[in-house]
Amino acid sequence: MAYKKRFDGRKIDELRPMEAKTGVVKRADGSAMFKIGKTVAIAAVYGPRELHPKFLQNPETGILRCNYNMMAFSGSGERVRPGPSRRSKEISMVTEKALRAVLDLRKFPNAVIDVFIELIQTDAGTRCAGITAAAMALADAGIPMKDLVSAVAVGVIDGSVVADVNKEEEDYEGGMGDIPIAILPRTGEVTLLQLDGEISTEELKKAVELGVKSCQQIYEVQKKALKERFTRETK
Amino acid sequence: MGDLIVKDKDIVVPGEVLAVGMDFLPAGGAFREGENVVASQLGLVSISNRLIKLIPLTGKYLPKKGDTVIGKVVTMTFSNWFIDIGCQNEGVMSLRDTSEFIDKGADLSQFYNFGDVVVAKIAKVTRGAIDLTMREPGLRKLGPGKLVKVNPSKVPRIIGKEGSMITIIKDKTGCKIIVGQNGVVWIQGTPEAEMLAYQAINLIQEKAHMEGLTDEVSKFLEKAKGG
Amino acid sequence: MSMIKDHIVSLLTKDMREDGRKLTEYRKPITIEYGISSKSAEGSARVCIGDTEVVAGVKLEAGKPFPDTPDDGVLMVNAELLPLSNPEFESGPPSIGSIELARVVDRGIRESHMIDTEKLCIKKGEKVWIACIDIYPINDAGNLFDAAALAALAALKDARFPEYDEKTDKVDYSKKTKTKLPLSKEAIEVTVIKIKDKFLVDPTTEEWEALDARLTVAVLEDGKICALQKGGDGSLKPDDIEKMAEIALDKAKELRKLL
Repeated sequence: MAYKKRFDGRKIDELRPMEAKTGVVKRADGSAMFKIGKTVAIAAVYGPRELHPKFLQNPETGILRCNYNMMAFSGSGERVRPGPSRRSKEISMVTEKALRAVLDLRKFPNAVIDVFIELIQTDAGTRCAGITAAAMALADAGIPMKDLVSAVAVGVIDGSVVADVNKEEEDYEGGMGDIPIAILPRTGEVTLLQLDGEISTEELKKAVELGVKSCQQIYEVQKKALKERFTRETK
Repeated sequence: MGDLIVKDKDIVVPGEVLAVGMDFLPAGGAFREGENVVASQLGLVSISNRLIKLIPLTGKYLPKKGDTVIGKVVTMTFSNWFIDIGCQNEGVMSLRDTSEFIDKGADLSQFYNFGDVVVAKIAKVTRGAIDLTMREPGLRKLGPGKLVKVNPSKVPRIIGKEGSMITIIKDKTGCKIIVGQNGVVWIQGTPEAEMLAYQAINLIQEKAHMEGLTDEVSKFLEKAKGG
Repeated sequence: MSMIKDHIVSLLTKDMREDGRKLTEYRKPITIEYGISSKSAEGSARVCIGDTEVVAGVKLEAGKPFPDTPDDGVLMVNAELLPLSNPEFESGPPSIGSIELARVVDRGIRESHMIDTEKLCIKKGEKVWIACIDIYPINDAGNLFDAAALAALAALKDARFPEYDEKTDKVDYSKKTKTKLPLSKEAIEVTVIKIKDKFLVDPTTEEWEALDARLTVAVLEDGKICALQKGGDGSLKPDDIEKMAEIALDKAKELRKLL
């Protein structure tokens, strides 16, 4: 039976309500909050700054370090044991790859750009929310980027390709394909793509298309949040 | 031939296309990608004829040779101090670049120690390295004073044309003030005067884009003094 | 002494602070927001003291009691000094700073007997509620101890039990009951710092780094104190302790009104 009516009543290509704000961590060089449905991510950027210890420094290029973490009370069921898990380490790594594509780290020899992502509340789509917030934080920090990065989790459920899955859909007993995807809005290039689940190549094609389309909507939210702080100031 | 996508004074985000066409010349934080002129930072668009300049609204201080900077000593080796001046690399000052006569093998902490705040000049900027010097008059370790962090882009406003703004603040508060191009300001005077100078600087930061600011600051200081 | 500390000390000789506050004045505004993670946490809160921001969440789990207290529920407090909140904090296993913060907040809650742990018992000797409080700074602009203690307290007040089915021995986290935690006394923690011979409350980051000694005092509503923690490399005279405790008692009254 094709999944046409979503559990929360949304249309197939409808994203959950979103909220975004920059400058939420004053001590950081750049920061942002991104909320989609009930998933709330905060990202803070420190850098570029001198990399310590010195033996890690590279005179040819800077490095990007990403750290993704879920607060212990942010899971939708039991408490999440604090500390890095294999899952959070992998998410940190794919996040770094997703963001790296827009940075020219050769501009920052011997330096590091640290990106910290914390999830305060989760309802699926966490790594995507983290990447979306992190991209805003990098821009907020004034770091030169060739584009922003926008991310969303697309799902394939009972033959239907849906945008922005929530936990209920992610946990669907009949099985589903969970596809987090991140794109560069200007060119549509994909910098994050993962899949959990069984899908056909046709479904993959549709999922990527829907992902790109949905990310454009997320991009509009990111742009607005970044500009908001300054539109008042320069008036 | 070509199209301007944005207007003068628009605020744009990284990746936004500012104009299409080979006639346009990108400047500041704008770059060319094929046919497009694109923004690389969150910034303000400034257009004059075919020149599209992107003025970044945020971002750390970009070190420049000749700039006077204020920083804190964070590490030292046998022959160098490393000074945090708030940008992507720490400033390095060798024992030969100070105004003191220091023998090799001397204890560097006797001259400038961890936590000391100094005013220095950028002698050289190379990839991944910023060389500092204190071999000029006025460059020295700073005594107790109020340190204020300001947005580096507002420094020119705080100094004013030929120092006009900062001179007014110095005169009316009686404070010694040194403004580092890296966005650090050192103020020394009586506690009350320091506070006043600090408030005046915050006022400038808030209203940097407005006209008649020098008069406004002057009035503010007069009023505060008068009580 | 560093230049920054020198300046702080010279201002203090005139009873002045860098940001113009009085020595016993807290930054404004102090805000408490409840239920900031209500979809995930059983109780949560965000506290801001000036620019310092701390969040706390409570998770409730049904588990085995400790063998030496078979009829009592369990309380655990955990804190992590997130590198997100302060450029000096590093990633890695909990630092001693995180551990001290957690234990100081824990002491205030535990020693005040705020939670009647007997009321957390589901089945004697077999099943009890385990309450875990996790505290995270979001922006560290000084005085994390006070903000953290307040956030933990607010999160506990916000908490509601999830549904527990005795037959299946399962907790349904998607269903929150209307039942709050069995709370009684509330301890308010106030940290007083000593620089030279002056006492200050609500230190900024620079003041915290310049302190000679500090004393965190957990104060109950009736003016009794239930927990203390002295920190800092310097020592305190018995006289100092008395003065600092008095300041804490006074300030606790102010903070209590905000809950």
